[in-house]
Amino acid sequence: MAIPFATDEWIKALQAELNNSDAYNKAAATWEGDFYFIVERGADANAYLYLDLWHGKARDAYAVIEPQSLSPAFELSAPVDIWQKVLGKKIDPIRGIMTRQLKLKGNMMKVMKAPKAAIEMVNCATMVPTDWA
Amino acid sequence: MWFFKCPEFYFGPDALSHLETLQGQRAFIVTDANIAQLGYVETVQERLTTAGIESRVFAEVEPDPSLQTARRGAAAMLDYQPDWIIGLGGGSSMDAAEAMWILYEHPGLDPASISPVVDLGLRQKARFITIPTTAGTGSEANYAVILTDTEEQRKLTLGTREATPDLAIVDPYFTLNLPRQITADTGIDVLTHAIEAYTCTWRNDFTDGLCLQAARLVFTYLPRAVAHGAADEEAREKMANAASIAGITLGNSSVALAHALGHSAGAHFKQLPHGRITALFLPYTIEFNANNGDGRYQDIAHALHLPAEDEQTAADSVAQAVRNLMRAIGLPLTLQEAGVSAAEFEAALPPMVAKTDIDANTMMSSRIPETEEIEKLLRCAYTGAPVDF
Repeated sequence: MAIPFATDEWIKALQAELNNSDAYNKAAATWEGDFYFIVERGADANAYLYLDLWHGKARDAYAVIEPQSLSPAFELSAPVDIWQKVLGKKIDPIRGIMTRQLKLKGNMMKVMKAPKAAIEMVNCATMVPTDWA
Repeated sequence: MWFFKCPEFYFGPDALSHLETLQGQRAFIVTDANIAQLGYVETVQERLTTAGIESRVFAEVEPDPSLQTARRGAAAMLDYQPDWIIGLGGGSSMDAAEAMWILYEHPGLDPASISPVVDLGLRQKARFITIPTTAGTGSEANYAVILTDTEEQRKLTLGTREATPDLAIVDPYFTLNLPRQITADTGIDVLTHAIEAYTCTWRNDFTDGLCLQAARLVFTYLPRAVAHGAADEEAREKMANAASIAGITLGNSSVALAHALGHSAGAHFKQLPHGRITALFLPYTIEFNANNGDGRYQDIAHALHLPAEDEQTAADSVAQAVRNLMRAIGLPLTLQEAGVSAAEFEAALPPMVAKTDIDANTMMSSRIPETEEIEKLLRCAYTGAPVDF
């Protein structure tokens, strides 16, 4: 059954996929850095999804009610339609960052040096049955 | 959505005369000691003087320029307050000049923060000109910079599209007397840029035509430039243009697996110049891509008038043409032939595989290799074995 995007359930499903993925585990073996994935929803409040990534594992994942409560190393934000294109592999995440369709706060060069981890994360995200409505 | 950005080019014989039309007060010329010894700096300065522009020279750029050198150059710029920065030389000088310019505009900036997503508001103090003296890295055409932090022993890959040079002056005067070996090593790099930018996943309509034209120019004129040197002015001019055209594609598309392999191998076999070692991998990566049905080699083969009935035939003919060209200009086709011993190769193999596996350029390849396939590719490139996987 499809999981509504940008919810606590969805990010936890992604966490499970990441932790079950040998490919992600290997690609992100040296990655250290947690994220806010911010889903911009126009007139509605943005959704903040927290993902703590460390050495190939997702240590924690949840929807955040008070964004000021955490200071993750990276913030990646975009409107829903852009997220849908990224997770549908219609936009390469690195290209998305370079064209500012995905807005990144944090050390971009660190992200640029981990393209395989980014690709495998997208692959894991595609395994989450997602309700985009 | 993507983008396309390049400098304003002045190219061809006497392109350097465009400096005489510049408006400004002071120019800061960044170069290396070899270029300074060749008299090229004075040639540039004479043109600036005609325009009423004073100039100062920083001729301390080293191969693989360091962050520390960039900081020293930026400090010298702050003292001189130029309104034009000129990078004169090969890729190292042009890269160093760009980094110095950025630090001159923003003295307190952490260089590691220079990235395509940060707006720097450049050009408050100066604008940037590149004048290549090789043909070439194509650095005159794009904004990417690689510096070495010698204190922390790390490479910094920096870049912001804002730092695309304002002007690029591609005058074959500067490459006319380039030594034969450098002509071959830098010229073949142009071909690798062109073919990889055409076949990688960041290819696009704006760069495709440029890639094919650069490849055509290399196949026609590089053998002549290597064989005849200064006696063939047309070949020198066309190779200079090809290098810049391929440099445009590099900045607006990407390179791919051959460069990833070349970078990782080059870190261990430093005696092999970048262009030579990267091109060495090109035929193997062509074969690798084509074995999976990837690569767009029919278009390249058509452009080069090579057999192209189908993708596999086309890829085979392009790979063979690259090998034939490398032979004709005296470049090795295997790492063994390039002088790497078996012991050196085996010792370097695990880190080469690991580096290639995570290299961003590997991800741009039309066929991304598995880790085991990277090792097999490296072994093929060592012995010359065919890529049959």
